[in-house]
Amino acid sequence: MDNILELQGVCKSYKDFALKNVSFSLPRGYIMGFIGQNGSGKTTTVRSILNMADIDSGTISVFGLDSVSDSRAIKERTGVVFDSLCFAEHLNIKEIESQLKGFYKGWDSEEFSRRVGSFGLPLKKKVGSFSKGMKMKLMAAAALSHKAELLILDEPTSGLDPVARDELLDILSEYIQDENRGVLFSTHITADVERIADYVTVMRNGSVWFTGTKDDLLEKYIIIKGGEEDVTDDIRKSSIGFHMYKNGFDALVDTEHLPKLPRSVGYEKASLDEILIYIAKEDKHE
Amino acid sequence: MRIILKNKSDVPIYEQIEEQIREQILTGIIAEDEQLPSIRQLARDLKISVITTTRVYNDLSEEGFIISAAGKGYFAAPRNNELLRERMLCEMEEGLEKAVTSGRNAGLTDDGIVEALKKIMKGEG
Repeated sequence: MDNILELQGVCKSYKDFALKNVSFSLPRGYIMGFIGQNGSGKTTTVRSILNMADIDSGTISVFGLDSVSDSRAIKERTGVVFDSLCFAEHLNIKEIESQLKGFYKGWDSEEFSRRVGSFGLPLKKKVGSFSKGMKMKLMAAAALSHKAELLILDEPTSGLDPVARDELLDILSEYIQDENRGVLFSTHITADVERIADYVTVMRNGSVWFTGTKDDLLEKYIIIKGGEEDVTDDIRKSSIGFHMYKNGFDALVDTEHLPKLPRSVGYEKASLDEILIYIAKEDKHE
Repeated sequence: MRIILKNKSDVPIYEQIEEQIREQILTGIIAEDEQLPSIRQLARDLKISVITTTRVYNDLSEEGFIISAAGKGYFAAPRNNELLRERMLCEMEEGLEKAVTSGRNAGLTDDGIVEALKKIMKGEG
């Protein structure tokens, strides 16, 4: 399969945090949710892909190009939306557009005007005074107006109301109608990617905990619940985020352990959110 | 074609869609040879993953409900009466099984259950 984005063994150390051997790939035509707790390495990974952080080792290829040596060409073909505005706050949309025009060869003024219009953004107001949702829409409008093949979003929905979040999902669904494109959507609000993401990569303490299709992830893990008397050594060993309370316990387990469980133990599907919560609980125990 | 998804349902999204498309093909709401939305269009309309809609169309193709024409898209298969009948029979059996179980649980004799069924068939239920 043709990968629009591919990371192999990416390492990057800071004083108090490190990306450890991060590898995953996104095929063209799909949306990947990039999830994990705050501080799990999502933003560092995104910055590495965009060559905003120097990686210590490993390779990152975007459109088959090297993220470091071909960084300029990659930026031209990549649209980004961050959680805070990456434009000068004292400018208005008109002024920002003239800057962007100079930066992107593929800049399409008509497309930009159409998007800004459909998002209902004011042209002459300083963008610093925009609401959080308007800022996100402005970045999305810019990201979609230079014929970008890859869209990278880093926590674009944090602090947005449900309506604005839903609008972003519409934008992404429309964007991916072209099967040569790809979207990497980093977020800790998993509900946003639970439906539209085709692939999911889950980060944990700077490492990739899972990467694959969302359906595989949701089929791989289940939540088990039972009474005190049901707890076996095997359950304790195989469970993630084992939680004992007064009248029983719950935990996340790999479905491969299912046949070994006592009959009295109940189980149910886990959402992406629940998976993240159990991972976090597990980390606290360690 | 109309698809209504229940997010809070235990039935996986792909099964919900498959079920609804099957039913609409069987009942003729989706006409024979009618073109279905593309995989990506359907994903967009329902705001779900492309992998999910791909799975739906693959499953329905395998079951013979829809046909993929290379480069043209997906179409409702010509009405296959054998297929339709088999499915209906299957559904009837499932319904009857459930009815019998409920009837017995309620303490009815087998004759009582048959009596109730006859009443329903006469429209007195």
